[in-house]
Amino acid sequence: MKKYLASVIAASTLASPLTASAQTEVNFWHAFTGRLGELVAQQVDQFNASQNDYKVVQSHKGNYSETLNAGIAAFRAQEQPHILMVFEVGTATMMAAKGAVRPVYEVMAESGASFDQNAYIGAVKGYYTTTDGDMLSLPFNSSTPVLWVNRDAFKAAGLDPDMDLSTWENVGAALDALKAGGEDCPLVTAWQSWIHLENFSAYHNVPFASKENGFAGLDTELMLNGPAQIAHLTAMQDWAKEGKFIYTGRRNEGGANFRSGECALFTESSAGYAGIKAEAEFDFEVRPLPYWKAVTEEPQNTIIGGASLWVMSGHEADEYKGVGEFLSFLSSSDVQAAWHQNTGYLPITAEAGEATRAAGFYDQNPGTDVAVKQMTAKQPTANSKGLRLGSFDQIRGIIDEELEAIWAGDKSPQEAMDSAKSRGDALLRRFEQANG
Amino acid sequence: MEKRVTFKGWLLPLLLIAPQVLISAVFFFYPAGQAVWQSLFIPDPFGLSAQFVGLGNFEFLLGDPYYRASFVTTAVFSLLVTLCSMVPALFLAVIADRLIKGSGIYRTLLIWPYAVAPAVAGVLWMFMFNTRVGVVSWYLGQLGYDWNHVLNDNEAMGLVVVASAWGRISYNFLFFFAALQSVPRSVIEAAAIDGAHFWRRFFGIVLPLITPTAFFLLVVNVVYAFFETFGVIHTITAGGPQQATTILVYKVFADGFVGQDLGSSSAQSVILLLVVGLLTVIQFKYVEKRVHY
Repeated sequence: MKKYLASVIAASTLASPLTASAQTEVNFWHAFTGRLGELVAQQVDQFNASQNDYKVVQSHKGNYSETLNAGIAAFRAQEQPHILMVFEVGTATMMAAKGAVRPVYEVMAESGASFDQNAYIGAVKGYYTTTDGDMLSLPFNSSTPVLWVNRDAFKAAGLDPDMDLSTWENVGAALDALKAGGEDCPLVTAWQSWIHLENFSAYHNVPFASKENGFAGLDTELMLNGPAQIAHLTAMQDWAKEGKFIYTGRRNEGGANFRSGECALFTESSAGYAGIKAEAEFDFEVRPLPYWKAVTEEPQNTIIGGASLWVMSGHEADEYKGVGEFLSFLSSSDVQAAWHQNTGYLPITAEAGEATRAAGFYDQNPGTDVAVKQMTAKQPTANSKGLRLGSFDQIRGIIDEELEAIWAGDKSPQEAMDSAKSRGDALLRRFEQANG
Repeated sequence: MEKRVTFKGWLLPLLLIAPQVLISAVFFFYPAGQAVWQSLFIPDPFGLSAQFVGLGNFEFLLGDPYYRASFVTTAVFSLLVTLCSMVPALFLAVIADRLIKGSGIYRTLLIWPYAVAPAVAGVLWMFMFNTRVGVVSWYLGQLGYDWNHVLNDNEAMGLVVVASAWGRISYNFLFFFAALQSVPRSVIEAAAIDGAHFWRRFFGIVLPLITPTAFFLLVVNVVYAFFETFGVIHTITAGGPQQATTILVYKVFADGFVGQDLGSSSAQSVILLLVVGLLTVIQFKYVEKRVHY
């Protein structure tokens, strides 16, 4: 045993200088577990195997909120990683932390790695660039909400599963018919604020917040209590009252109800694809997110959810060169196309989308391009570029609370959204004060 | 007449209390001082800059009706958790005390839940009462009761209270059981000879004799309900529906670690510190008067 130990130590001391001294280490903290975690590890391994100068070390730091926290705590202790994954909700927090992050466009220019930020599709790029068009963080995984249909449930209730569900007017009629046909769970949703307020506003080209949804300044105010949003929430409240919309929770709890075949319609991220495909034992279909014909003739684009990669400050120049190489690798079309096809996240570069189409993926997996079309159909406007609000995680919590008051019938949609606005604005003012 | 042992000189007594003082200083006074200091600032999350706002954070908090409502929620929650963890524990201890055979097994089994971490307990209860896959909610559904703690305030509160109190019953049971064992048999036997039946003996003799333990448990359980239950709340309700289960300590966590608002979070922990301090003083001043040592 002793001999064995000694030889192991000898071997490791012999081997380590060869690998460690020659390679510059780049630390990458992310929030993925399970299948997604494996895929990230694969990307990293592939990069490490492709060259000898840099070694990317990936580690999982918990869910999105926990990863952001770990990054912040590490920065305070001066132990920050080179690359930190931050969900879209944390974008304003990272942007405001000028001394803690290095803009991606700057890192890429200095490193000399090949990188073209115009390769990214508009709605994705817009979320993470300044109003001057400089990319601050590298888009990584992005998804957008769509409508999932359980075709078998439609048939069971005596409805034509091919019926037009492009507008909420039609969906409303379908919900009536489903309920009348004996369906107990006509509609569920995941991520209620993201889908039914944030994306709803962008899709109908109405502002969610002033100052271009926060892009043009920290002195932004919520505008989620406008007539379009109230009309939608009023319809949803009626559906909830009549048992046509079933509320299951603030996150994606509704996914379990839909995947088990219990519910007929489900508004959820396009990235729900992998889970639904794996579990659903019924005929399902992806449709574009519905819009209100009464509000707009034609829908705008939806916005993204997901995460981007931020480069943190305080490291050596040659390490940033490694960061540049790795990010350049990640944004290459092959890596992006594989990621899109394996996960159901959007192809975030135009080239990756084309490569996927050319490979026949969309023909073999019908509906996987619905989200892509929905996001890229129109040039994003000031209302549909995305959201950039400080303390947004907390504001979403407030919105969740107020929406629960609507579903429970305790408040009218107008009362609830007025209250969400005043409570959310108070947090925005605090964020402005802390970061102004 | 009290018996006192006194030390000669200063060095030895100082040396003897030094470990305790050191631990308190490092793990209590330093962080508490930091919290008080940080509560006067609005810092950015990364610690790059901080603005002195004086009592601004406190003004912001106390001006918020939702924060004030959270005091009521906390009071209701703590009261219910304390009651639900102490009363059943006492009942179980009394019964275990009467057992002649098999009390060892009974005791061991009752202690088990204490070993379950709050967050894990939260997940267990959440699954049992899950509105879709929960066993309990399914049976309730069969009985015609539509369980929905994601929208019903009272059901949500009931669930987090039970989940928080459950593990504590074991802990309280242990203390009550030990206290009951130390009640002198002779007193009870004398009462029995006088014709006092079981419950009369319990309320007249046993209960007054175990008040020191009950008082200790009261203090400890209130502190538990205030500080250590956020794992349960985080896993089961995350403070919802609306703000029905947002207790003070959960808000400290949510604002500090989800919202990155460290100024407000520090101010909240200072307020919490004052509340619990005040509560403990009240308990020692008024409740302890009724305790017979």
